[in-house]
Amino acid sequence: MLPGGHLLSVLIFFPAVGALALLLLRGDDHKFIRIIALIVSLAEFLFSLLMIRAVPVGATGYHLEEYAKWIDQPPIHYHLGVDGISLFLVILTTFLTPISILASWQSIEHRVKEFFVMLLMLELGVVGVFLSLDLFLFFLFWEVMLIPMAFLIGIWGHERRVYAAVKFVLYTMAGSILMLVGIIWLYNATGTFDLPTVEALLHTPLSQGGLELAPRTEMLLFLAFFLAFAIKVPLFPLHTWLPDAHVEAPTAGSVMLAGVLLKMGTYGMIRFCLPLFPEASRRAAGWVAVLAIIGIIYGALVAMVQPNLKKLVAYSSVSHLGFVVLGIFAFHNISMQGAVYQMLAHGISTGALFLLVGMLHDRRHTFEISEYGGLATPMPKLAAFFLFVALSSLGLPMLNGFVGEYLVLLGTYQRHWGWASWAALGVILSACYLLWSYQRVFFGEITREKNRTLPDVSAREKWILATMAIVTLWMGVGSTFITARTAAAAQSVIDEVEPQRPYEAATPDSATPQAKLDSSGAAKAISSERLGIR
Amino acid sequence: MPKYLMLEYLWIVPLLPLLGSAANGIFGAKWPNRIVDWVAIGSTGLSFLAALEAVREFFDYFTENHHPFQKAFFTWIAAGNFRAGFDLQMDQLTVVMVLVVTGVGWLIHIYATGYMAHEGGYRRFFSYLNLFMFFMLILVLAANYVLLFVGWEGVGLSSYLLIGFYFLKKSASDAGKKAFIVNRIGDFGFMLGMFLLFKTFGTLDFVALFAKADPWPADAMGHLGTLTIACLLLFTGACGKSAQLPLYVWLPDAMEGPTPVSALIHAATMVTAGVYVVARSHILFTHAPTAMLVVAIVGCATAFFAATIGLVQRDIKKVLAYSTVSQLGYMFLACGVGAFSAGIFHLMTHAFFKALLFLAAGSVIHAMGGEQDMNHMGGLSKKIRRTYVTMLTATLAIAGFPPFAGFFSKDAILLSAFENEYGGRTVGYALYGFGLATALLTAFYMFRLMFLTFHGKQRYDEHHVHVHESPDNMLAPLMILALLSIVGGWLAAPAFLPGGTDYFAKFLQPVYGGAEVAAAEAGAHSLELWLAGVAVVTAFVGAMVAYWLYLKRPEKADGLVKSLNPAYTTLLNKYYVDELYAAVVVKPLLWISTKVLWQAADVAGIDGTVNGIGEGATAIGDGVRHTQSGNTRSYAVWVVVGAIAIIAVIFFWPFGGKTVIGMVR
Repeated sequence: MLPGGHLLSVLIFFPAVGALALLLLRGDDHKFIRIIALIVSLAEFLFSLLMIRAVPVGATGYHLEEYAKWIDQPPIHYHLGVDGISLFLVILTTFLTPISILASWQSIEHRVKEFFVMLLMLELGVVGVFLSLDLFLFFLFWEVMLIPMAFLIGIWGHERRVYAAVKFVLYTMAGSILMLVGIIWLYNATGTFDLPTVEALLHTPLSQGGLELAPRTEMLLFLAFFLAFAIKVPLFPLHTWLPDAHVEAPTAGSVMLAGVLLKMGTYGMIRFCLPLFPEASRRAAGWVAVLAIIGIIYGALVAMVQPNLKKLVAYSSVSHLGFVVLGIFAFHNISMQGAVYQMLAHGISTGALFLLVGMLHDRRHTFEISEYGGLATPMPKLAAFFLFVALSSLGLPMLNGFVGEYLVLLGTYQRHWGWASWAALGVILSACYLLWSYQRVFFGEITREKNRTLPDVSAREKWILATMAIVTLWMGVGSTFITARTAAAAQSVIDEVEPQRPYEAATPDSATPQAKLDSSGAAKAISSERLGIR
Repeated sequence: MPKYLMLEYLWIVPLLPLLGSAANGIFGAKWPNRIVDWVAIGSTGLSFLAALEAVREFFDYFTENHHPFQKAFFTWIAAGNFRAGFDLQMDQLTVVMVLVVTGVGWLIHIYATGYMAHEGGYRRFFSYLNLFMFFMLILVLAANYVLLFVGWEGVGLSSYLLIGFYFLKKSASDAGKKAFIVNRIGDFGFMLGMFLLFKTFGTLDFVALFAKADPWPADAMGHLGTLTIACLLLFTGACGKSAQLPLYVWLPDAMEGPTPVSALIHAATMVTAGVYVVARSHILFTHAPTAMLVVAIVGCATAFFAATIGLVQRDIKKVLAYSTVSQLGYMFLACGVGAFSAGIFHLMTHAFFKALLFLAAGSVIHAMGGEQDMNHMGGLSKKIRRTYVTMLTATLAIAGFPPFAGFFSKDAILLSAFENEYGGRTVGYALYGFGLATALLTAFYMFRLMFLTFHGKQRYDEHHVHVHESPDNMLAPLMILALLSIVGGWLAAPAFLPGGTDYFAKFLQPVYGGAEVAAAEAGAHSLELWLAGVAVVTAFVGAMVAYWLYLKRPEKADGLVKSLNPAYTTLLNKYYVDELYAAVVVKPLLWISTKVLWQAADVAGIDGTVNGIGEGATAIGDGVRHTQSGNTRSYAVWVVVGAIAIIAVIFFWPFGGKTVIGMVR
């Protein structure tokens, strides 16, 4: 093991240490508590950046693996590892946590200590989910994450917070119970909870001691996992917990919820559904894609008519996550990369949208669009940031939203042009709901006298937003830094789903001989080129 | 030192305006207007100089290498076998576009320092305007469709920002939003076109893609082959950006923006991006005759349709807006009949004279203290002499009088339409007929505008409006553009003139091949002469009718309005297309989204079911709770009931007994 080789364990448990430290502090020194929480989360973020060095560009498989016996019988291991996909999801989590802490600097006034403890525990759960390679461990973190989130909504939320918290918990539990059944079934069949082992067994023919699932069994197992993830994403029609949870959650809760918690669902699909149950995934792909496309269009249309700004952003998440699911189930390496990228980009841009909506709420204590209007006059800077983020969310090129959306659509089109064409309608609709709501909130004369004197962004808010804006721009221009590292992992998932068709060359449908020759030549390109690394 | 220094650092050309935009946007708030001017004009001016140097080097480069200059600067997106780079290229088509964009753009920047001098948000305006220059230069310099799309969306963004510049006005922010969304509808098609091209050819780089597409067999007329579909999809995008039927509706509303914006973005440069894309993709389009025919018909129909609306508008900028839509239609007509260089030539001359028309109109509006309704103008020619003379030059140019620029470019288009091969001779004659009719309407509405504005009786109150000539920084660009509106056309002197030849087509020959030039030279000179004569007479008739109706017998115009009232009202209300779209698309969509999708499906349906399950569980629990009464006697009763139930199952349930007994054992 490398010196300092417990990086992943550190990443998981450092927030817990921080939370413990916070618990020991006096509860009334709010400023000190906030500063400690911020320092812990910033340190965590810096630690997580160390992983980048450990995941070589183009390398498949898991890195920084940690393996220890935890429980003998049943054999549950403490198995961690990181690959190109989980790498950036962890970094996204550790990046959004300090942002959330800063965003809660003034808006959280009661039970301050407990709030930051919960936020750090949430970080622990989410990072654990992304790094676990043991099914049981994964499930454990999956459930651990639920508790602090439910408290964040239920204690520090708005008017209907308890309703929203309960709904959030029950919805997610309903799914995760099914996943638990699936996990236990797999353990019974294989005798292990270890993800790579289970995966290897499932890919080994029966004659060589592997495990072959009957199509019906495989489909049931696929569904058991898929439902848990689909609720988390959320995929239409399992999305109705999301608007409630978002509207009631405090800003930090919404940022974490939209930014990373939803990604656990799509991450699960990539990590479990596709590699473990490739045949069932293939059979279900059409249905899943239809639901994803409905989600894209339906989410956008419903977002468009929301009178509540935060609900609008929540529904826009349904639409954006539809792109991710579509990209995953199109089984094309470009769309898969796009899906991974869209997960990250959505975390930043929707996270930023929730921050901005939260800042408006801090000032006026309402989310109703009709209560606003003409805000660009008293707060030009906030208006400028809002526009910037809205543009990234609607997929303006050179900002982060475009890269993921474009790759998803491009890749999907290569396999199913009809899916891509329907999904591309989301591009029009996102412009409609974002620009329309922006106009109603920021443009025109001031309609409410109260709004005339609203203060523009404070120094703290400016730094938060500027950070988000810089990341947005960087992800929009320098996407290859990320895609070069996610390429290998994304490709290996595709390879497992469709081993017979690892790489989709562009084949002209009625090509001349020359064109055919070209594309077959391209198919033989060396692997690094295949992964788009130059 | 590299041989072609400027070409090697071609990214400097677009980067300069971006830096200007960022500087003014971030620091400009603390600067006096003078510094904002210097940054804005300086960055575009330097960009113009850099472009000139790059063009000069490109000519050397081309003589040496005989192919377009291309350079990949960095990889922007890469996944699988897809790569989109920040790659720039330069060929003869780019040369024309870059010089028009930077040159005209620079002049308009100078003009704007005068026009916007007394407006609020001065630095915001120049920050946006420079940002536009950046994206427009990316658009024309891009070496692949994806980077072109960056510029494409980027100019849409700048246009959104600048149309909605006066964001306190609802009409302005509405117009900006409309422009962006309608453009997005086009972009939907454009994106699908890119996806299809990538699927077919595995690349979106122009040089590689066109090299692969060139040997493909052309699709048959009426057959929707791959290339035809791809071209039609790209053309959808072009229709949005270049305001063609049925997506033209945003451009007239875009006049809400400050007038320099209308001149730069909504006349000279951005709206021609669609024409540029079609011209750029000419290799694809020439393989898709059906798509060519569609382009020609849409262009021709738009030209005529928009011109009819322009006949009756009262707002001076609205007339010019519909005129722009109409002239863009001409450019598409040219591309559709295969005369790409004629289309680009008209794009260039139009950039000169239409920018001039808008700037002059801006000067009029400036003189009138913000008045845009021509009914409240009249007799201005003596008061603002220089504005009048320059605007008259532009009017003569757009109406197609020789030797002004519009004559040459329009003449070339009509000739090509007449000789059109796609879809048969009859189609060609029809296209020519409508093109000529449009020329008649153009001359009429332009002279109507001139007469209403500058001649006849003064129809404003002199006590309230103090008409004054514009400052020099506004007039200088007008004069330069006036000069260009005259000499710009001489680049393509018709072949029937002594020594006349289409130098412009010759210049673009490396891009479009020699076919067009050969056709132009071999073409029947007498035919060309005849058509030119007919065009001039038509323009003259149009101008005369306007003279008669608006100067000689103004009462006749009113009589005509009365006698043709339904037609007049329809035109004045722009054929009610906006109302139609609102009734057919916008309102139903909002209604369905609100009532059906949100309230019925989401809240009542899905969430109702979810909550229903929850409430059901609660209700069951609530009911069963009563059995736990704590009363011993009632428990005893339940024991007896339970025992009876079990016995009943064992003895009377078919098949049930065995199972239960089995379970007990």
